[in-house]
Amino acid sequence: MNRRILLAALAAAAAAIAIPAAAQQPKLKVGFMLPYSGTYAALGDAIEKGFRLYLTEQGGRIGGREVEFFKVDDESDPAKATDNVNKLIKRDNVDVIVGTAHSGVAMAMAKAAKDNGTLLIIPNAGAVAVTGPMCAQNIFRSSFSNWQPGYAMGEVAAKRGAKKVVTITWKYAAGDESVGGFKEAFEKSGGQVVKELSLPFPNVEFQPLLTEIAAIKPDAVYTFFAGGGAVKFVKDYAAAGLKKTIPLYGAGFLTDGTLDAQGADADGLLTTLHYGDGLDNPKDRSFRAAYSKAYNAVPDVYAVQGYDAAQMLGIGLAAVKGDVANKPGIASAIVAAKIDSPRGPFTIGASHNPVQDMYLRQVVGKDNKVIGVATKALADPGRGCKM
Amino acid sequence: MDLATFLVQCLNALQYGLLLFLIASGLTLIFGVMGVINLAHGSFYMIGAYMAYALAPALGGSFIATLAVGLVLAVVFGYALEWAFFSFLYEREHLQQVLMTYGLILVFEELRSLTLGDDVHGVAVPAWLSGSIPLGGLMSYPVYRLFISGVCVALALGMYAVISRTRLGMSIRAGSANREMVASLGIDVKKLFRVMFAAGVALATLAGMLAAPIASVYPGMGNQILIICFVVVVIGGLGSVRGAFAAALLVGAVDTFGKVFFPQAAGVLVYVLMAVVLLWRPEGLFKAT
Repeated sequence: MNRRILLAALAAAAAAIAIPAAAQQPKLKVGFMLPYSGTYAALGDAIEKGFRLYLTEQGGRIGGREVEFFKVDDESDPAKATDNVNKLIKRDNVDVIVGTAHSGVAMAMAKAAKDNGTLLIIPNAGAVAVTGPMCAQNIFRSSFSNWQPGYAMGEVAAKRGAKKVVTITWKYAAGDESVGGFKEAFEKSGGQVVKELSLPFPNVEFQPLLTEIAAIKPDAVYTFFAGGGAVKFVKDYAAAGLKKTIPLYGAGFLTDGTLDAQGADADGLLTTLHYGDGLDNPKDRSFRAAYSKAYNAVPDVYAVQGYDAAQMLGIGLAAVKGDVANKPGIASAIVAAKIDSPRGPFTIGASHNPVQDMYLRQVVGKDNKVIGVATKALADPGRGCKM
Repeated sequence: MDLATFLVQCLNALQYGLLLFLIASGLTLIFGVMGVINLAHGSFYMIGAYMAYALAPALGGSFIATLAVGLVLAVVFGYALEWAFFSFLYEREHLQQVLMTYGLILVFEELRSLTLGDDVHGVAVPAWLSGSIPLGGLMSYPVYRLFISGVCVALALGMYAVISRTRLGMSIRAGSANREMVASLGIDVKKLFRVMFAAGVALATLAGMLAAPIASVYPGMGNQILIICFVVVVIGGLGSVRGAFAAALLVGAVDTFGKVFFPQAAGVLVYVLMAVVLLWRPEGLFKAT
């Protein structure tokens, strides 16, 4: 027997072994593209922990398939986003991508997912366009659109009797979209946004704009800031003596993960978001208990969004028995489902953004205490989405 | 805009400009005297802010004690850094200086991340400075901001006195004009540089500690301030402390009134100012000290 025949025989034998293996489904490849370094590192960590918690509850399987993880650190850098997402799509050949926190990076990911048809679940970034003009059958969001908390707060501000409001935010997509949502609801209810103040991202020299607010004397101020900017803005607002005289309303990120740094200056502030502390529902209680037990930490809104991303994937894949190629089947199952989230049950709208209750929360000590529902089952209008 | 609002905005501009001067003066001194482009200068500001956050609990929350201990640490730190790294840079090209000081930024950020984490922190304004002064209507001005301005003015006057009236100042001025000549006249240039560098680091660190209660403390804060400081130094004339003072006030005014009158263009106005100044006077407003 010469070498060629031997090799052919070996190949045939290998093929024979491979066939029964293929009959059993291969592992589901899930790619995390999240910030594991930089300012948003804590968000990426919480999202992954939430996702893994659901997987553990399901005995390590999604849609009947075992799961294999691939990880890419997106560094919250939009310039590297296309390269990074292609590592997962082209190199690792993943079935599903979960990511990310930063809106600019998420836009690049949505574009790549749309071009390649890879399933994408966004567990945080609120860029309106992703479930607007860029929407697609294979792109979902488990968090919120920037428009949603703003819109809910617009209704709250009007209900609390404000007539003239000044808005202030960073001049970039997230800020504009949030203020846009606020303005839409507030002016629909008869109020008027008398001035839209803004400063370039990530500038934090607020003092001149606070002087402007004091000179205009509006009934209330609406703001969108996050992270370090949110801490500084809340402290500056109080130091300028405005907190006592002009109510400050904000999108939830103003006081999420920042309360330790803001201290007493944040006390009593009202914000709107799809999650908060002291939600009285059994799912949230069991989720918080399980999360604390697994990670010895209190879960935040990001952990909830990671957990729900996994739930949505589970629902979609269960309906098609793990066949990720069946995108229409996955999409119709997720859109039809009622997702039992710690934030309270929600559904996924036609543009694949959550239709959810927006809570009104008040800062009490170190908690964002839920004091009521600002808007029930609020859906992003999904403007420009054609599916 | 009525007169009262205008005056308050002028105060805002002045206060921001003075804080910029405090940070930029160290940068321009180090460049003017030592010829080193120090990209890591923003990191010293960041380190100062984190020191204000981390040292305060250990020192019983006393603001003055925190400032004093922080300043001593900053001088020691600057001294050590000059000995270990910067003393090798004087004869090198600017590109190599930029590379090394950029590397230092990465090292400082990573060390900060490892030791103190990536969270945002707040530092309380000391109780005796926490009030605000009513200015009529809804307007009031935080006492702490006035305090910072006072400290900045005092430091600016002190620097002016040292540079123009003392023997050390004379060596500094001479050193920035002609280094070799100063060395040949028997002045210990090595020692002079070490003192200068430590002073530059101390100024930036002090600025960080002073700004911490109003700026809050967060990752990457040094890089934000670095860019605007370079704008100040370039407008003022590289190496000129007097120029940095004028430029800082100018940048403070343009930034403040830009935000109020032209919010859409606020991001670029400062850079437009820099371009205009450079077209008019390519070497900046003032010659080196």
